Amino acid sequence: MIHQNTEAGRTISKSHSSFRKIVVSSLIFLIIAGFLLDIMLGSVSIPFREVVRILFEQTSEQTAWLYIVQKIRIPKAITAVLVGCGLSVSGLQMQTLFRNPLAGPSELGITAGAALGVAVVMLSNGHITSMPAIRQLGISGSWLIVVAASMGSALVLFLVVLIAGRIRDNVVLLIVGVMIGTITLSVISIWQYFSQPEQLQEYILWTFGSLGGVTDYHLYVLAGTVIMGLVLAFASSKALNVLLLGENYARSMGLTVGWARAIILASTSLLTGSITAFCGPIGFIGIAVPQLTRSLFNTSNHRVLIPCTCLIGTLLMLACDIIAHMPGSQTVLPINIVTSLLGAPVVIWIIVTRSNLRASFV
Amino acid sequence: MTARKSILTAVDLSIGYRLSKGQTYKIAGHLQLNLWQGELVCLLGPNGAGKSTLMRTLAGLHPALEGYISITNLPLSDLKPQDLARKLSMVLTERVEAGNLTVYELVALGRYPYTSWLGTLTAKDVTKVYEAMDVIGITAYQHRSIQYLSDGERQKVMLARALAQDTDMIMLDEPTAHLDLPSRVEMMQLLHQLAKKTQKAILLSTHELDLALQAADKVWLLLPDGNLQVGTPEDLVLKGAFESAFARNGLHFDQATGGFVLHRDNQGPVIGLSGHKDLVFWTRRALQREGFRIETDQTNAYRIEALFTNNQPDWTLYQNGISVQYNSMAELLAALQLWKNN
Repeated sequence: MIHQNTEAGRTISKSHSSFRKIVVSSLIFLIIAGFLLDIMLGSVSIPFREVVRILFEQTSEQTAWLYIVQKIRIPKAITAVLVGCGLSVSGLQMQTLFRNPLAGPSELGITAGAALGVAVVMLSNGHITSMPAIRQLGISGSWLIVVAASMGSALVLFLVVLIAGRIRDNVVLLIVGVMIGTITLSVISIWQYFSQPEQLQEYILWTFGSLGGVTDYHLYVLAGTVIMGLVLAFASSKALNVLLLGENYARSMGLTVGWARAIILASTSLLTGSITAFCGPIGFIGIAVPQLTRSLFNTSNHRVLIPCTCLIGTLLMLACDIIAHMPGSQTVLPINIVTSLLGAPVVIWIIVTRSNLRASFV
Repeated sequence: MTARKSILTAVDLSIGYRLSKGQTYKIAGHLQLNLWQGELVCLLGPNGAGKSTLMRTLAGLHPALEGYISITNLPLSDLKPQDLARKLSMVLTERVEAGNLTVYELVALGRYPYTSWLGTLTAKDVTKVYEAMDVIGITAYQHRSIQYLSDGERQKVMLARALAQDTDMIMLDEPTAHLDLPSRVEMMQLLHQLAKKTQKAILLSTHELDLALQAADKVWLLLPDGNLQVGTPEDLVLKGAFESAFARNGLHFDQATGGFVLHRDNQGPVIGLSGHKDLVFWTRRALQREGFRIETDQTNAYRIEALFTNNQPDWTLYQNGISVQYNSMAELLAALQLWKNN
């Protein structure tokens, strides 16, 4: 009897995992295609054969193409991969930790916290938060920005966690998160109010978000921080799985909840903080990608979810970047506009299909 | 037969809350508790008596004010969370809402204290998970997502998860609270069999008095004054412990039936009742509901005789020597109401 059941169970899970393998391999294929496409397309069109040659032989007919691909487009595509992975995974962690399908880095005001962290550093320097300003800093300066942004997001996250301990209602928590985000942004606004018009323009450009301009050691700093955050996230996947049952159950199964929460918060702050510092506040990826992954893979197991959100997040970010460059034209749309255009309908879809949002965590 | 193993011991335990400035609010003190293997113990008591606090204190989730608790002869305070999780598993009242989680996956989470840092299940873990699902009888729907389960099925899944945790003791906080009557009876039966079959110690708090009295090997009755009565259900009933525990206006614990009686302080007219015992039982309930006081005295001026004629119930109402026959309770009650109102 027991053996029969076990057999039946294994066959079903086998067909399940073969479906997953198909999805994962097609995702990887699409990501490679998207990566190449992202390098090929842009205001200057470079033929596919040349792109491959530059990638594998590091030579090209035109030195301008070599420079564009190596110094601009590859760093930008790698940044897209890092942003896609980082924001999606931090969104996933927040949704599980707060047991709230609408939680995400920008929704709970975490990106606003990161912006505040960046602003504080810049203010003490007498400059304004902007990519050019960050770029002018040396390697120690970019680390400083990452630390400040991560601390800013950790501060907001910590506040949200404190309030979440008192308020169990999903929607109320979300409103509180939005309010904390508003307060943080208004602090930045006060400082903006006393700024020069040209500085303001730079700040507003920063809020549009940009994947470009993260080059050289900035890219190493961003990559190092995001990988650290992802490793922490993966290490906490077992804890995230038991946290699905709620903190009390998790505790009864031997989880030290405070410790687990600290690791998850550290991971989320590092991911959101570093990405926001370099690329501006990019919205909706953090909330939409975990939802898409859950419905595609039909699981809540974080050991599957974390790698798979990385894949989908990467693919979506690459797609957004391709769309932002509007192939065939000279115009470049800000990345934040594209992610919002794609992401906002997903959020509306979640709210409409989950009419019992208040009671359930999906 | 080997001697039974003690699973949980509490000596001179005081439970309650620490307020500010070193003050304490004590709920109950000097509790001496023992839980043996294979024993099903029901913790009963009126709302607000401190059942939850006692459960949480015994589970190490809430600090004790004074006293000593040990689980399998190891002091609770010395056990690390991971070690405690291998000795004590819990089923809580909170509803688990985790979409996209199958029954199998949820039960497998019970193996948490045994798996590596990544949570990989070994062959032994998988065997334990299937054993737990087989004992509870949920293997048939192991691949169903838990959001599509009924409350009763869901509670069984949570119990299977606690079982997969492979502990000496399972604690359940009001496991029957959200269930309908058949599921409640089934859950209590299951817990009773589980204690006997697996020799685990099971402690559960419940408001299900009549079910608890039937299923429990022992009852811990926590009174509002902080007094804890321990004994077999029958001893406690016969000692009158329940009457004092639930002493409230209009509520009366009937020792004869082991349940509560709603209409005890009737002031209505007196009526005699006799006949077949089943019919007398149900007629008495109907009459009490209507406010009559019942006497078994046959000489009363007004009396009812309830008998089966050709396997059909019928009631004869004698009023001052006149007798009228009724074929249903409704007719009888209608006639009595007329008389009562005049």
